[in-house]
Amino acid sequence: MKSKTFFWFVAPSVLMMLVFIAAPLVSVLIQSFQVTQPVMQTVETETCTPGFLTQTCTTEIKTIPIIDEVTGKPQTTTEWVGFLSYQRVLQMDKVWAAISAGQWGDILQIDFWKALRFTLTFTLLTLPLVLGVGLAIALAVNSAVQSIRGPVIFISLLPFIITPVIGSLAIYWLFVGDGILTVALENILERDIAMFAQAWTIEILMYVFRVWNNAPFAFVIFYAGLQTVNMDTLESAVIDGASRLQRLRHVIIPHLMPLIIFIAIIHLMDVYRVFEEIVGFRSQAHVISLQWLTYDFLVPDDAGNRAISRASASAMLTMIGIVILLIIPLRRTWRDHKGGAH
Amino acid sequence: MYLKKLALAGAVSLLGSTAAFACSYENEVPLKSLSAGFEAWKAVTDAMAECGNFEAELDQEFRQKQPAAFEANPSLYQIGGVSNGTITPLLNAGTIRPLDDLVAKYGQNLNPNQLIRVNGQIMAIAMMVNTQHMMYREDILSDLGIEQPTSWGDVLAAAEKIQEAGVVDYPLGATMKSGWNLAQEFVNMHPGFGGAFFNADNTAAVNSDAGMKTLETMKALLDYTDPEVLVSDSTYVQQQFQQGKIAMANLWASRAAAMNDAAESQVVGKVKMSAAPVAMDGGAPATTLWWDGMVIASNITDAEADAAFRLMMEGLDEDMVTDNNDAAIWLVAGYQPGPLAEGAIATATATPAPPPYPSTTQMGLMHTALGNELPAFLTGERDAAATLAAIEEAYTTAAQEAGVLE
Repeated sequence: MKSKTFFWFVAPSVLMMLVFIAAPLVSVLIQSFQVTQPVMQTVETETCTPGFLTQTCTTEIKTIPIIDEVTGKPQTTTEWVGFLSYQRVLQMDKVWAAISAGQWGDILQIDFWKALRFTLTFTLLTLPLVLGVGLAIALAVNSAVQSIRGPVIFISLLPFIITPVIGSLAIYWLFVGDGILTVALENILERDIAMFAQAWTIEILMYVFRVWNNAPFAFVIFYAGLQTVNMDTLESAVIDGASRLQRLRHVIIPHLMPLIIFIAIIHLMDVYRVFEEIVGFRSQAHVISLQWLTYDFLVPDDAGNRAISRASASAMLTMIGIVILLIIPLRRTWRDHKGGAH
Repeated sequence: MYLKKLALAGAVSLLGSTAAFACSYENEVPLKSLSAGFEAWKAVTDAMAECGNFEAELDQEFRQKQPAAFEANPSLYQIGGVSNGTITPLLNAGTIRPLDDLVAKYGQNLNPNQLIRVNGQIMAIAMMVNTQHMMYREDILSDLGIEQPTSWGDVLAAAEKIQEAGVVDYPLGATMKSGWNLAQEFVNMHPGFGGAFFNADNTAAVNSDAGMKTLETMKALLDYTDPEVLVSDSTYVQQQFQQGKIAMANLWASRAAAMNDAAESQVVGKVKMSAAPVAMDGGAPATTLWWDGMVIASNITDAEADAAFRLMMEGLDEDMVTDNNDAAIWLVAGYQPGPLAEGAIATATATPAPPPYPSTTQMGLMHTALGNELPAFLTGERDAAATLAAIEEAYTTAAQEAGVLE
């Protein structure tokens, strides 16, 4: 293709990426090094609030922002603060203190590290499970009788259609204190079950939910891949006396390898931003994720305060985490790509 | 023929309803409001809608969009529903207008108690008060010969007896969902032990004797609550009550009416309300007083503000209260306090009286810090002293970022 034609083909999407991805990213990067604050003043304020019959008026010194007379909005100052917001998120001083005291568990009391611990284990544990379950369903469907394949594919795809936040709410309602599944389990086991009372049961539910929700995606890709397996190679493997397992290991999986890497990359990017389960399961007391941490910084409290700088720092750290995780699979595709070119 | 009759009947019934609830005038100016979505707001905005040209947005997450919406010029909403917690960002940003002139023009029927003044200027019109107070199953307590609990010590003793008797799943319910709800429990209890949240220089003051006692009491409650209490919010506690699973809870007055809603509740007439328990002898009930009311945006024309206030007065009139008497503890003239309101009134009129929830920038930051740091204590990951230190540290970081502390 001529380079000019190529340019005009990609120009719209490059423009979109610049406007909607690159520009916000640069803005978040800048904000993570800045702190914008209203200019505060202390004034004596009398506030009257109703009781049931009479009012109580209290006079107190309040710290309130100065309203600019020209614009009518609170005056703000913006300062460059270097890595201060990163330090406030990472709290490295506490981390070093915990390490030098040998109290490793104390690190997990800091929100960021607690969130990182969960996010990493969640991402890395669900990856093989999603790949495995997806491949298993694909193989099963592929060897099923032609007439039932359609319905089986349809049913296997259902979990993928459900929006994660709705799916996680559904699971929450099934398993919360008086949810039907909890009550059923309690009747069978004749004991009190509280799935949302401790971290490990919540985490197990999260793993099960995520694998249930994501495996269909892997299944569809693998199933498409299985249709392109070279039948000649498979048949010669059968003639050579290769067992089912050997055929899977030496013929099918190598053939599917590019797809496995593709799914792994998508999965890592996707799951590192785990968020819906935290909100849906209301698990903040026990389990939090990096994406939830950023969200929590951004949500304004009743007085309208939002920690934009810390949210930006936390978002940048999340992005750095994804990049690091992706380096391994991406390097491999890069190598394969280069090798293929020769 | 049948259809025609049906249509006619519909038209007549519509006529009937407009005649019964008719607004005293026709509103010509298009107006919008943004408020919380509980029953009382529905009653008020429905009454306002009868005047026409009015659109109400009822949203429980209103607090997240209200400051930005009111900052727009012109403001996206003319009327805002606020409470003493959520009025702070609007006051701070100067996006709501003083109402003195409008009160003089249209506010003859307002009770002086309803006028929320800041530095002498009327900034909001209150319509109801709300507070967390004691709700208990009178039948269970009298069966077991337990007297109405008036202190948290009594509550714990009563909970022990109920637990032994095994008449309900859990003796206590609590709105301890981590985050805002859990923080609110601390905010209720801490002043009850005589604690203050801040020093004069805005630094945190919760790492104190009162703070320790508050944490101890909160933890003691966990022995008698649902093990999943850290996910239970007001609605969940209300449902536990309605389904007869709990016997006592310190719950919002605005939830009281639901106990006697025969469509949902299995305990109609069995739940009684009393003042919030005191935390220590001679102290105030361990709770905070709230009000809900309405404000008018400053980034709108005077004509719109005039129409908006007139419409507000129509929503807050006696007819509305008569039709929805039990939906809230109304401050509007014509309200007849029923048995459901006993607890809230006893709480608000107690001596010493519980403090109103403080509407300050610092309190917003403190509330968030409490909501994020308390769960680790209640799950047992961290001890009380370390938790109080962590709360102060989280507050300090947030306050420095927000410009409240140096």
